[in-house]
Amino acid sequence: MKFMRFISAGLGAAALALSAQAAGGAKHPHAPEGGWDFQGPLGELDMDSVQRGYQVYREVCASCHSMRLLHYRNLGEPGGPFYDPEYPNANDNPLVKAFAAQDEILSTEPNDVGDYDYRPARTSDPFKSPYPNEQAARAANGGAYPPDLSVITKARAGGASYIYSLLVGYPEEAAIATDTIETEGEDGETVTEQQTLIEVGEMAVFEHGDSHYEGELVQPVGQYYNPYFAGDTTPQWQGDPRHAPPGGFLAMPPQLTPGRVEYLDGTEATVSQMAEDVAAFLQWAGEPKQTQRKSTGLAAMIYLAILAVLLWFSFHRIWRKVDH
Amino acid sequence: MSGHPSTYEPKTGFTKWLDSRLPIVRLAYDSFVDFPTPKNLNYWYTFGGILAVCLMTQILTGVVLAMHYTPTVDGAFASVERIMRDVPFGWLIRYIHANGASMFFLAVYIHMFRGLYYGSYKAPREILWILGCVIFFLMMGTAFLGYVLPWGQMSYHGANVITGLIGALPVVGDSIKAWLMGGPSIGNQTIQRFFSLHYLLPFMIAGVVILHIWALHVPGNNNPTGVEARKDPEGLKKDTVPFHPYYTVKDAFAIVVFLLIFAAFVFYMPNVLGHADNYIEANPLVTPAHIVPEWYLLPFYAILRAITFDIGPIDAKLLGVIAMFGSIAILFVLPWLDTSKVKSMRYRPVARQFFFGFVVAGLLLGWCGASNPDDPIIPMGSDKLVVSYTDANGNEATQTYDEYEPAATFRDQKVEEGVDASIAVQKAPAFRFVHLAQILTLYYFAYFLVILPLLGLREKPKDEPTSIHKAVLGSHDRAAPAPAE
Repeated sequence: MKFMRFISAGLGAAALALSAQAAGGAKHPHAPEGGWDFQGPLGELDMDSVQRGYQVYREVCASCHSMRLLHYRNLGEPGGPFYDPEYPNANDNPLVKAFAAQDEILSTEPNDVGDYDYRPARTSDPFKSPYPNEQAARAANGGAYPPDLSVITKARAGGASYIYSLLVGYPEEAAIATDTIETEGEDGETVTEQQTLIEVGEMAVFEHGDSHYEGELVQPVGQYYNPYFAGDTTPQWQGDPRHAPPGGFLAMPPQLTPGRVEYLDGTEATVSQMAEDVAAFLQWAGEPKQTQRKSTGLAAMIYLAILAVLLWFSFHRIWRKVDH
Repeated sequence: MSGHPSTYEPKTGFTKWLDSRLPIVRLAYDSFVDFPTPKNLNYWYTFGGILAVCLMTQILTGVVLAMHYTPTVDGAFASVERIMRDVPFGWLIRYIHANGASMFFLAVYIHMFRGLYYGSYKAPREILWILGCVIFFLMMGTAFLGYVLPWGQMSYHGANVITGLIGALPVVGDSIKAWLMGGPSIGNQTIQRFFSLHYLLPFMIAGVVILHIWALHVPGNNNPTGVEARKDPEGLKKDTVPFHPYYTVKDAFAIVVFLLIFAAFVFYMPNVLGHADNYIEANPLVTPAHIVPEWYLLPFYAILRAITFDIGPIDAKLLGVIAMFGSIAILFVLPWLDTSKVKSMRYRPVARQFFFGFVVAGLLLGWCGASNPDDPIIPMGSDKLVVSYTDANGNEATQTYDEYEPAATFRDQKVEEGVDASIAVQKAPAFRFVHLAQILTLYYFAYFLVILPLLGLREKPKDEPTSIHKAVLGSHDRAAPAPAE
């Protein structure tokens, strides 16, 4: 019976674990080398990294991705990347004010004659969105809608590791080939077409372990292969259909190239560094109170543990004369 | 306990005055202080108290959340995130409420399995058991309604699946569905009525909990031996201890240990029991790849999807709905299905094997519910490649290959000949999740409808102790047991 109980407990845990994740055919995301500083019950965000990540967001991501749930004041609130104890009220923080003032937004309140003016953003305003609405965003991005990044680390299995893996996971130059196809057009002329082929087996992420992926992916125009993006590569796969590589095609081309941003703190802007920083920033943005959550948690756990010990001794004292 | 005389004696002038008008202090004293409780209750019996804490936690946090929540399709998602970001300790309140639902179900399942194992549903506790089933059913309804409120992708598409099930019911289905959704589809009117009902149902649960405790206090607690506490004053004294302080302290210890686990989820992995897709705002036009309910509903979801065949005029979908609701409805009549006179499975060696099988079946059903029904568990053979082409006579023809190279060569050769040819994968036969779910569903129903009714008539139980007092004597690890009195 002990054995059965052991089995039931194990199965229960497995069922719980499985129910929590149900990802598609995408490659499992991984953390950057050395892991995340915010991992574990005591882990805290590396605020230097979050600050750099905000720079990457502003200079790269923000041209297409909104963060509607974030306000400029959040940057200077306790637990935020630009919190300054000298300014307990984030709205007084000169750095935060400066960040806000750099963005021009359409005022939400009408002026004296009932029109809406453009004005510099204030700390109480939400982050400026690149597009006024979804239609505008789609029109500017070939029909694709760049998702809002406010809670993206909570909205994807893998969280910050997913963001990091996706950003560094695009095929390297060496794995991309171009093929010219000549077909006969309607009036007998020769039409040449350029085709982008991904040699999946050549990609660094597949080097170790799987030698399955002998073949090429035909990349659709305006779409980019990424092994971490949930999708189905079978229709584009020229090779054994039983071994189509994991991942999918997304409308976002690779964004991070070495030196794409010039970090204010002098850190070298490698692709991996920028991806790690912006993932850390999005991790903070997804839950600005996470540091407070963990510190409150520590106090709560200690309190409950002491209470449990006291109650255990009380229980044994009260029951000491009773057979049960 | 019925027949146990009240021992409450009001001491002050005010309590005497009150006692002769509204004996509420007497009621509380008799129910929660002096109440005679079997002295051999183990930790599985602490989950009643744990569940009371869960219900109160959910109501308290829920009332606060309702102050900040906006039940509209445009505002719901943002208002939940606003609670997480701008309401003081809003993140804590919301995470307690969201994880509290999971903890509530974890506790209720343990509580129910405890009742199944020790035969707590048998006479004279049938009403107590049925009221518990009512609470469980209301809990599932409340949890479903609550899961819709954050208005994420799983909220919306989960609600679509569940209301679709109700629509499958014959004759009345469509009307009930339209009434639930407040219109022909899920929209603003749905979220508003779900919010209203989500606020209502917990108070109905609280009402049934009062009846549940009342029905418990008439026959008194069952216990691990299944032997009733003796009624005569001498025997009662030997078999039981007063609820306070003996069980207040034991329950308090168990509750705090439970809260430690609860807190570990709230503070360190608040989103692990949820689905990432529910942090994507609901979009009717984009359906998630896999729609799965919360973990605590997975076994029932697996039963629903296990029925893939029609029986006579009843189609598979309706049968699935019937099986799913039937799996809950069957619990209500359990007291009359189990024919054994022996309550506790401690003394039913055969039944107990089937019981542990039932626990495993429940957990495996959860696994099936979380998985894609068509995914193989045990593959039989390997997938093959089929090249389809048009042969010389213009007929469709196929050729099957194990290896990719020859298949591709054959296809290319056909294409060069000017014939349409393509390669497709032929899945190998396999034992799939849907098959496992079907076997487990069969066992689930057989346990109640065949095993328990027949076993009670055929099984030879072990000897039960003559009393609780006898059962605990010497069972304790102390060498010389001190007299209990």
